[in-house]
Amino acid sequence: MALLQISEPGMTTAPHQHRLAAGIDLGTTNSLIATVRSGSADTLADEKGEHLLPSIIHYAENDIVEVGESAKEKALEDPMNTLASVKRLMGRGTEDLTTLGGHLPYDFADTESSVPRIKTRAGEVSAIEASAEILRVLKARAEKTLGDDLSGVVITVPAYFDDAQREATRDAAKLANLNVYRLINEPTAAAIAYGLDQKAEGVIAVYDLGGGTFDVSILRLSKGVFEVLATGGNSALGGDDFDHAIAQWVLEQAQLENTNDQKLLRRALTTAREAKEALTGQEQVKINLGGWEGELSRTTFNQLIDSLVKKTLMACRRSLRDASLEKDQIINVVMVGGSTRVPYVREKVAEFFEKEPLVNIDPDRVVAIGAAQQADVLAGNKPDDEMLLLDVIPLSLGLEMMGGLVEKVISRNTTIPITRAQEFTTFKDGQTALSIHVLQGERETVESNRSLGKFVLRNIPPMVAGAARIKVIFQVDADGLLSVSAEEATTGTKSQIEIKPSYGLTDVEIEGMLRDSIENAKADMEIRSLREQQVEADRSMEALDAAMKQDESTLLSEEERQRLLAARESLAVVRSTSEHSEEIKAAIKAMEKAADFYVERRMNSSVREAMSGHNVDEF
Amino acid sequence: MAISMTEAAAERVKKFLEQRGKGVGLRLGVKTMGCSGMGYVIEFADEVDETDEVFEQHDVKVIIDAKSLVYLDGTEVDYTKEGLNEGFKFINPNEKDSCGCGESFTV
Repeated sequence: MALLQISEPGMTTAPHQHRLAAGIDLGTTNSLIATVRSGSADTLADEKGEHLLPSIIHYAENDIVEVGESAKEKALEDPMNTLASVKRLMGRGTEDLTTLGGHLPYDFADTESSVPRIKTRAGEVSAIEASAEILRVLKARAEKTLGDDLSGVVITVPAYFDDAQREATRDAAKLANLNVYRLINEPTAAAIAYGLDQKAEGVIAVYDLGGGTFDVSILRLSKGVFEVLATGGNSALGGDDFDHAIAQWVLEQAQLENTNDQKLLRRALTTAREAKEALTGQEQVKINLGGWEGELSRTTFNQLIDSLVKKTLMACRRSLRDASLEKDQIINVVMVGGSTRVPYVREKVAEFFEKEPLVNIDPDRVVAIGAAQQADVLAGNKPDDEMLLLDVIPLSLGLEMMGGLVEKVISRNTTIPITRAQEFTTFKDGQTALSIHVLQGERETVESNRSLGKFVLRNIPPMVAGAARIKVIFQVDADGLLSVSAEEATTGTKSQIEIKPSYGLTDVEIEGMLRDSIENAKADMEIRSLREQQVEADRSMEALDAAMKQDESTLLSEEERQRLLAARESLAVVRSTSEHSEEIKAAIKAMEKAADFYVERRMNSSVREAMSGHNVDEF
Repeated sequence: MAISMTEAAAERVKKFLEQRGKGVGLRLGVKTMGCSGMGYVIEFADEVDETDEVFEQHDVKVIIDAKSLVYLDGTEVDYTKEGLNEGFKFINPNEKDSCGCGESFTV
């Protein structure tokens, strides 16, 4: 008999149709996997009851790959085949190694490839492949616990991860055979775990102090959407530095500070970590190292780490400034990372933000828990009205129209996933192809926006201008992947492309594009109306040309023909020289007026033509 | 006709309801689905309908619609662990046959 979990009302799945979803916190130091069972999210433990999986991979003899605690134990004896902190290399190119290489003691292969590869016993390994090993272990743990395959996962990434780093994370998941519903930002996941997405709108600070990294993120929540306003931090500051500070102090007290005994130094670090953890619950702790015995009080510990904690607060201040916010505008502070258990850290953070931070969810697990909740929603285990909307399109998406203008199909800040369709038509008689140019940005003209891609819809049946009905569909999935398809209604001819809209754009560039659109709003509007009139002028002249080609010999005298051509010519001149939409508009009116008699004559003649050979009774 | 629940199961349900923050109890039922005829329904209940039967045990309300009760009469709901996996289990005396995995059954 299978074991069952409680579903939301009406959401019971048929047997074997489970939508098992998990959230994964793929961390620099530790990784976790969490899932929602019977409505509550929690991280999953391995057979030994451990929730945290050290993000360390050891390539052993005989093609054996060890991940986690067992790999960590090999770090000292077999350092060249033991990879740690590979997250720092995700999405980085070989050219980045000079800046990162300092604290990554690996033997990098000289390759043509743009991705750095580390030489190991198992061959050359990239950060993506190494991360996939971690994901495989977590996947196996979840499937063993849930008793079935995972339908999909949400993986968290730091808010500052760029597209290349996100893409690398996605690739690692693919290698591990995981279906990724979505990547979400770590601070966003933490905020979800605290249910802040269901609460009032406002600005949230997420203070994330892990083992080796510190990140602070300022998020704004509005209408269920988290927007990252600013990020900051220090990629080489964390709880390990607290351990070093204590170890240093202990060695000094024991007058062993000049020792070169590696074993003693390692023991000093272990002792330091134990002392740090003990000081979370008690005021002082006994320390015993190399024959020296003493006591470390919480007060002394606080002094030892004071400068480190101050550094994190400086980063908080900078992020607030980047977001142009004051402390009192922050409504909640979320604590993430094991090092936020240290009472002094909590105290100082509370003092800085002038409010008590949220600490009641295990800070090591909070990110994975939030990711699991999001995964549960994306898997379809919750009623639709509880759907979380998390991601928005940073810039509008649109199409090039005649005259180099951009028609917006999906406007910025629309929540995704989204599908929008718009109908277009042909511009010329007998037009059989339509070029579709997809653009991103807020400006009115093609050249001021960013081109995302082009494709051509062919085999449109020849028809008069404006008769064809072409439906263009913009579809942005939950990952921000855009696909644009065009279909001609009468024949069903179809064509499409797929685009990653945010690809290669940094937040700064997006911001720049937005600022441009605001600064140039008026100029853009003028250009837009100018272009519109130019297109209108072209259309009028083409219509006249087409008509005259058909019947000028039968309907027009030579004098009339010259008069029409002159009117057309003066419009053509204004069209190509004028910078003012009003002038062109007037010239179009003038030509249309000059052609009025001709239009009338053509209509009469076509009526006569249609009636010839019939008598009135037939109509 | 009655349905019972072990104390372990009741404790779990209470905890899950508390974490969820709303709900009046646990709804049990059967649905025609699955590879072997019928499947069990186990959901949070936000309301009780007129046709529902309510059994209260260990401070937990178990809510069942009258139709499902016929198939579930005498069932005991338990909460167990099997290796890393844990969850609710229906011990149903009416169950004549179930599919290999036990997720669906016939009476």
